Amino acid sequence: MVKRHYLKVLDIDLTSEKVAVNRREDLTPLLGGIGAAAKLFSELVQPELTPLDPAQPVILARGPLSSIYPVATKVVAVFRSPLTGEWGESYAGMRLALAMRLAGYDAVIIRGRASKPTYLSIGPDGVRFRDASALTGLPVEETGRLLRKFEPGRGFRSCIRIGAAGEKQVAFAGVNVDTYRHFGRLGLGAVFGSKQLKAVVIFGDNSEPIPDPKSYTRVYQDIYRRVVETEIMEKYHGVGTAINVNLLNQLSALPTRNLQQSSFEWAAEISGEAFAEHNLVRKLACSGCPVGCIHIGLRRREFDRGYEFESRTLSYDHELIFALGSFLGIKYRDHILDLIDAVEQPGLDAISTGVALGWVTEAFGKGLVTETDLGTAVEFGSTGAYLKVIENIVAQPNEFYRILARGTRAAAARYGGQEFALTLAGTEMAGYHTGYTNILGLATGARHSHLDNAGYSVDQKNAPHPDPYKMTEAMVAEEKWRNVLNSLVICLFAREVYNRETVLAALEAIGISMAAGDLDSLGNEIFRLKQEVRKNLGFNPAGLTFPDRFFQTPSLMGRLDREFLNRMLSHYLAITGSTP
Amino acid sequence: MAKILRAACMNRCIACYSCMLACARVNRRSFSPKLSAIQIRTTGGLQSRLVADICRGCPDPPCAAACRSGALAPRAGGGVRFKPDKCLGCRDCVGACIAHAIEFDQESRLPVVCIQCGTCTRFCPHNVLSMEESGRG
Repeated sequence: MVKRHYLKVLDIDLTSEKVAVNRREDLTPLLGGIGAAAKLFSELVQPELTPLDPAQPVILARGPLSSIYPVATKVVAVFRSPLTGEWGESYAGMRLALAMRLAGYDAVIIRGRASKPTYLSIGPDGVRFRDASALTGLPVEETGRLLRKFEPGRGFRSCIRIGAAGEKQVAFAGVNVDTYRHFGRLGLGAVFGSKQLKAVVIFGDNSEPIPDPKSYTRVYQDIYRRVVETEIMEKYHGVGTAINVNLLNQLSALPTRNLQQSSFEWAAEISGEAFAEHNLVRKLACSGCPVGCIHIGLRRREFDRGYEFESRTLSYDHELIFALGSFLGIKYRDHILDLIDAVEQPGLDAISTGVALGWVTEAFGKGLVTETDLGTAVEFGSTGAYLKVIENIVAQPNEFYRILARGTRAAAARYGGQEFALTLAGTEMAGYHTGYTNILGLATGARHSHLDNAGYSVDQKNAPHPDPYKMTEAMVAEEKWRNVLNSLVICLFAREVYNRETVLAALEAIGISMAAGDLDSLGNEIFRLKQEVRKNLGFNPAGLTFPDRFFQTPSLMGRLDREFLNRMLSHYLAITGSTP
Repeated sequence: MAKILRAACMNRCIACYSCMLACARVNRRSFSPKLSAIQIRTTGGLQSRLVADICRGCPDPPCAAACRSGALAPRAGGGVRFKPDKCLGCRDCVGACIAHAIEFDQESRLPVVCIQCGTCTRFCPHNVLSMEESGRG
């Protein structure tokens, strides 16, 4: 049944071990995904309580197109972020959307706190609260292996889990989804940890007949052909997202050595092309996506003389190569893979970890933090020292690490160096230094991600003749439209395929009739709702600050002028009704 | 000669499930890839090798031999033809297939049987699947 009269919401309380299923008619105009999740979160979040209070909810939501159209593969998680204290929103793919669809749920709410380490098993026979004591402290890989052995649903299940970083409530711990994807950013892993929730396994066998096979097949095939046979998505499949390393480097937009530079003299060595040439062993896809953007690289390591080798296969992307590569001055691909492995297994967010390490390196160089604090001495390029620091971020052996585990902003507030702590609204920057709209977009975007509003792309289009008003308006319009795409929930890599016309046709073919104007109203409404909740959680765009470093290091648009950015921020406040 | 499905290049599979979605869409008019006659599996999580459970197009199919109601009959060139209206839902065919190529659909009470139509091969973006002449029997 796709022509839905309601969205089916599973509500799980870890404290009382009670569950409820709610059929929410009122959510259908929001389609699902971020629309439904934003509404559910707005009803349940407790602004007066801290992000890690047991009462705070986690919402997971898929959309109406999930797994039945090509590249509609994502699930959104909404929560209160322990990193920023405000709105938390993160997306992950692999099999989760398919598994939620087969389990028959549009959204899952998880709240409360389990009395002991617990994992949830959500299947056709209900919800089970299972003892996860034996999994405590285990890396995400081993946790996944044991759960796969214990739980049914092979091939159509999803297993999302945290590692030690989430258990120890590191504010930038993520949730691993089926080994190779993540709810990476803003600390969902810490929220799981605060609930003593080690993992959620979800599976099912719900079968949905196709209501209008002829129309549906026509639209499916049209989208499939555009995804597979045209050039629109080729870069994601070919070299992969890491193609950006060389491109951004040539544009002086690749953050390097804690953004002391915007190009890296070793970029070619760590480029997507070099990884593809030397390390790539296979590609994988999220269920229902014929693109297969997940690039798996081989790290072969000689651990002893006599040809003694061990090897690891790890997923790499642009953001990881930036955060654990150029940003730290690391010029060896093997070292980047070692750092990826080191953040993956305890379940840290790679971007936030890399940017935190950038600040650590410079703060140590300037004597703001000591070797006693760090337990080692770091400099740019020092992979071994970085591995030690990563271990300590999870273990938190002293006060320095307990503060660093709360994020780069917290660490810089205590130890200094705020002018080179590359955070915006408390979130570590993404791997672009394109110019004004990127900075404003990261600072104001709901999840402080370049994917909120593609500020980096607005910069590239407007670089020859930057207009603060036009750029701000383009950025806000893009964020509103992406709320529509995120309600479906498609992977944003397919945003060029899912234009307004395609979205309408895809919905129509499964019995959901909307007009182009309805989509735009929906985007506006979700944007408004999010802004309202964000404000209640303490987000104050008028009070945003921008570290000096952004204005010192030339970007794709050249050296940036703080006044110009302030004009854009004022315009943002005006057009979004955020003026204090 | 009739062709049968081969999954010769499973090392290239990306686990996108497009083949399963196509089979379920065309043959079962369902969104559920569980109702596909081709099943892509891992051998131990996504870090492991991917395999395909498919009908091997036996020239003398044990599933048809096990069928007492005449729902499954050998197909010229390999594999079987399936007549759902003759099926009793006994599952003897499921147990007879050593290739694990037949799943049972609880809802319709019918086995999910590959009819060698080749639809899945048209939705394989990595050319893993193909229709080939059986070369045997």
